[in-house]
Amino acid sequence: MKRRIRWGPWGVHAVLLLYTFLALGPTLLIIANSVKSRKAVFDDAFSLPSPGNFDLGGYETVLTSSRFDIYFRNSFVVTLASVFLVVLFSAMAGFALAEYNFKGNTLLALYLAIGIMIPIRLGTVSILKLMVSLHLVNTLWALILVYTAMGLPLGVFLMSQFMRQVPSELKAAARVDGASEYRVFGLVMPLVRPGMAAVAVFTMLPVWNDLWFPLILAPSEGTRTVTLGASAFLGQFERDWNALLAALTLAMVPIILLYIVFSRQFLRGLTEGAIK
Amino acid sequence: MERLLTPVDAVDIEGFPSGGGSADRQIPRPKPAARRWSRRRPILVFIAPATIIYSVFMVYPLLDSLRRSFFDDDGNYAGLANYDTLFTNPTFSDRFWGALGHNFEFFAFHMVLQNPIGLLLAVLLTAQSVRGLNIYRTLIFLPTTLSVVIVGFVWRLILSPLWGVTESIGIDTPLLGESGTVLPTLSLISVWQWVGIPMIFFYAVLIAIPKDLIEAARVDGAGSWQIFRDITLPLILPMLGIVSMLTYIGNFNAFDLIFQVKGIVAGPDYASDIMGTFFYRTFFGASGTTGSAALGATVASVMFLIILVGVLLYMFGWQRRVSTYEL
Repeated sequence: MKRRIRWGPWGVHAVLLLYTFLALGPTLLIIANSVKSRKAVFDDAFSLPSPGNFDLGGYETVLTSSRFDIYFRNSFVVTLASVFLVVLFSAMAGFALAEYNFKGNTLLALYLAIGIMIPIRLGTVSILKLMVSLHLVNTLWALILVYTAMGLPLGVFLMSQFMRQVPSELKAAARVDGASEYRVFGLVMPLVRPGMAAVAVFTMLPVWNDLWFPLILAPSEGTRTVTLGASAFLGQFERDWNALLAALTLAMVPIILLYIVFSRQFLRGLTEGAIK
Repeated sequence: MERLLTPVDAVDIEGFPSGGGSADRQIPRPKPAARRWSRRRPILVFIAPATIIYSVFMVYPLLDSLRRSFFDDDGNYAGLANYDTLFTNPTFSDRFWGALGHNFEFFAFHMVLQNPIGLLLAVLLTAQSVRGLNIYRTLIFLPTTLSVVIVGFVWRLILSPLWGVTESIGIDTPLLGESGTVLPTLSLISVWQWVGIPMIFFYAVLIAIPKDLIEAARVDGAGSWQIFRDITLPLILPMLGIVSMLTYIGNFNAFDLIFQVKGIVAGPDYASDIMGTFFYRTFFGASGTTGSAALGATVASVMFLIILVGVLLYMFGWQRRVSTYEL
């Protein structure tokens, strides 16, 4: 038999390790330099922090001159509220689309799915006018409503796919016991947890990281999200590299920690959503 | 486990279909109006919140934007005047065609680099009989979770000639400062950040391929390359289409990275201007020009058309020709 040259496990490890280094290198470079003195940052960027060059001056500047606490709170409120509303409303609509044969079911499913293909940003001109007339500009509600609308098309689509897989015996049994349709929905919810996780994951990232809508709908100091706050703040410190490096690290590290802790659930949600 | 129930169809469940799907639709019996309402009310309650929020905050603004592109800023009907301005008035048309060209270049970088690299990584991550690969998957996806603002600034610092990091690895041009290199550099930064998305999408397809299928081919004497070409590739082709379409939509909607790194005028000399930054400038105005909601809506409508053409090409040019296999 012809013997073929295979990459072998070591080849696979080598390529992946190389790419991992490329993916993490820039981030680690910033974090490492954020705790170094100004001289060390410029003289030897690739050196590790050591007692000789350790300096937290940048962090002092950042923490005394910015309101990252407010920005973080705003981002958490907006992201949690949007994800909650998208997951709940998607589950409800997905349940109705998968469960009942009402007139216009297919049409409604199609109508809701069109939004998967069209970026909501293209409606920005009218969204801003709408928010102005609703007196919602510079409120977190403006962001929550827009992000909920943005997440619903994919959410409803994914949830209706997951809802179709729920065995009908359970629902029929509940109905025999006299359960209302709302109760049946409540019973189904725990069974579609992977679906809800997938929808949450797909909604969360674009909302947390968005710069466009905070910039246009809620740019005031009190309603800034972390993304917009960091964007504006970083602009102010063009010259103070220690502060820049510290601010970047402060903005990155919470997300990195959250991601590392929940990465299994997160990536599983993405994977399950991707093949639906 | 104990079966909870006796036969389902033995019970009257008030005309509700007993399961998902249209196959078991029941024949409607005549019912008093009130009873029909109480039967329909839950359906309404379930679909109302999603439909209302989606209609008010997404569908209406998109349609209203299209409408606005045919009116001037005072609300008078203007026919195609806005489009005429956009395509033929040099103040706007130069920027428009420039941004459009740059956007296609931006997209080309993603198609040529991001998606093949994502596929290669996914193939390696699902390599059989190699252990401990999940840690790479987690770490390689990390940049994708960071916000574009952070990524943009990280690279701005790293590529800054002031810091000298690039100089120490042999690059002595300011990559983000020269009109020849700024767009390729920004494209590469974007590829670096978003490669996790195609990677995880291809990964999802690859781990779903039954191991027996691969084993059987291997027993028949197929090599790794042959297995990839004849089994894996046909199975991932549908996903390749989806990923390409998502890349296209995402790229023609991109804004954050350019805005963060190069500001709203997308310099130097508009060399990094793409549709997103052009849209923002047209709507809000920048560097001396006043913004116009009508022209902004017109740019958005053109972007809408561009995206629509891409989606239609995908649906009729690709999706119909590529067969999907049930596993």
